[in-house]
Amino acid sequence: MNRLLPAIVNRLVIIIPYAWLLVFFLIPFVIVLRISLSEAAVAMPPYLPVFAWADGLSGFIDNVRQFSFDNYVWLTEDALYTNAYISSLTIALISTALTLLIAYPIAYGMARAPATLRPTLLMLVILPFWTSFLIRVYAWIAILKPEGLLNQLLLSTGIISQPLIILNTNTAIYIGIVYSYLPFMVLPLYSALEKMDHSLTEAAQDLGCTPISAFWRITFPLSLPGVVAGCLLVFIPAVGEFVIPDLLGGSETLMIGKTLWNEFNANRDWPVSSAVAAILLMILVVPIMFFQNAQSRLDREGR
Amino acid sequence: MKSLGSIRRSFSPWTDPSSKPFISFRNVTKRFGDFVAVDDLSLDIYTREFHALLGASGCGKSTLLRMLAGFEQPTSGEIILDGQNLAGIPPYRRPVNMMFQSYALFPHMTVEANIAFGLKQDGMPKPAIAERVTQMLKLVKMEQFAKRKPHQLSGGQRQRVALARSLAKQPKVLLLDEPLGALDKKLREETQFELMDLQQDLGLTFVVVTHDQEEAMTMADRIAVMAHGKVVQVATPAEIYEAPNSRFVADFIGDVNIFDGTVSRAQASEIRIEADAGFAIEAASSAHPGEGAKAGFAIRPEKIRVGRQMPTGNAVNAAEGELWDIAYLGDMTVYHVKLNSGKVVKASSLNAVRAVEDPLGYDQKVWISFDRDAGVVLKD
Repeated sequence: MNRLLPAIVNRLVIIIPYAWLLVFFLIPFVIVLRISLSEAAVAMPPYLPVFAWADGLSGFIDNVRQFSFDNYVWLTEDALYTNAYISSLTIALISTALTLLIAYPIAYGMARAPATLRPTLLMLVILPFWTSFLIRVYAWIAILKPEGLLNQLLLSTGIISQPLIILNTNTAIYIGIVYSYLPFMVLPLYSALEKMDHSLTEAAQDLGCTPISAFWRITFPLSLPGVVAGCLLVFIPAVGEFVIPDLLGGSETLMIGKTLWNEFNANRDWPVSSAVAAILLMILVVPIMFFQNAQSRLDREGR
Repeated sequence: MKSLGSIRRSFSPWTDPSSKPFISFRNVTKRFGDFVAVDDLSLDIYTREFHALLGASGCGKSTLLRMLAGFEQPTSGEIILDGQNLAGIPPYRRPVNMMFQSYALFPHMTVEANIAFGLKQDGMPKPAIAERVTQMLKLVKMEQFAKRKPHQLSGGQRQRVALARSLAKQPKVLLLDEPLGALDKKLREETQFELMDLQQDLGLTFVVVTHDQEEAMTMADRIAVMAHGKVVQVATPAEIYEAPNSRFVADFIGDVNIFDGTVSRAQASEIRIEADAGFAIEAASSAHPGEGAKAGFAIRPEKIRVGRQMPTGNAVNAAEGELWDIAYLGDMTVYHVKLNSGKVVKASSLNAVRAVEDPLGYDQKVWISFDRDAGVVLKD
């Protein structure tokens, strides 16, 4: 009994995350997958077939036979979806690159700041999370719109004579994504840079590197795990981002999150929107696998 | 005071007024805010010298080394290396290399790549790099570890790689920051001798920072004892030990007994001190304070004899006491003798004979005694 109890507790500890994933990820995903194989119908729920206990086993098999990949074929036939995927990936990729460019110097500066100042700087990076994400994106509308704060400032200082059209363009989406996801990039970069031994860059300089080449040959390669983690943390949610393109982007901006929302709410075509979601997940699994791979390779190298 | 010279080899350019120092610190001061790390320090180091900067932590020795490497700039004063003023020259253009205390091996590179790093940076042709790397690996006996990453090496192996890397560019001066600090005692002792041989074979100038006096004594041609950002004494290990120039140095290096007293007679080559411990000391000394002045007499434990009988002759340089503590260390025995005045004196004697018939025991009345030239007179 005395030895059994800890064993049970141990199991429980492992079971909790698995149970969580099962209930809140795997089961919903199976449901989405199952709907994506169905047919749209004017009914409640709006798809066919619908399983019912009363049908029994033979009814179940009949229903399963009705499953088809028509929705997936449909997605490949209509250029709208392909374009939406490509445009989402492009926007996510560009935003991730921009976020990295902006976050790296911030993280580097934080890691090199006096140790007493670092907790404050860290706090400042996390601070925006204390305000609702939605409110912060709405605030950008007020800043970016033609008669907004930015244009007023630029006009009054005489830098421009015509208000800039930023809102409802891709530029606004980039600004929104970079702004919203910056902390997710800064934090892993900071943690990678902060634990780095400063004497490594001194050693590189001692051996003939200018400070810039010491950065590229030592600091940057050693911060790669942080770069990879940060990029994935920004890229993955950015691909499926819905709120930012909806609020800041123009009507012509095609992103998969918006397409999905349209299919689901405007068209009430659950099966097609489920197929869109399933493919989106597949697209995102690839970078996750890549990350896992890179991570385990780094682990083997003992870093 | 007779010159005691280097024990290791006859190498003493500092005694030759015509020889030019290779490295010169001239009135160098370094401040970090209000803290003065190095205080108006001047020091000369000569070509092919193995020079140790010895001191407790915070005495400024590491700052001095880092200024030589170029990681810190002096607040005032100048550093001359081989006739060149180093002011404004960045670390990557200085003809010195440093071995870091943490070794600072690049974790994402193999041993080979670590050693080749500086050579690649200099744009050396590839075959020449490969040849030099092989040569360096051989020098530190690490040939079979060329493809390993630093984390796959033991502490001693990492130390060797760090050494090979810092030597690969054949610097004029090698700076070593606590080079053996991370090694265990046995390995440290072995490595000390290896470093000495290496330095002699390569004919390089080594400047090593250490807080370990034994390490400094073993390896260095000369030691600069530092305290509070100043050099207190620069001399050979033997001079530092046998003729410390101050109470601080005498106390810092090795064990010492210091007898304070008043000078009662001062002649050209002899001084008599009435020690507070209740006996008279007559010592050979050329530099000494005047009569009536306070002075100290420093003497090492191994130079004090302990015996049952009062030494023959007059009652000078001898005092009676009782044996307080005896520590048998195998190769020698350390005695703590409590003099009649209450002062405890440390004395040690080599156990040259295997079994002493009638060894000294606890609580016995004993006499301590020493020769006229066994100790050093300290003015202060």
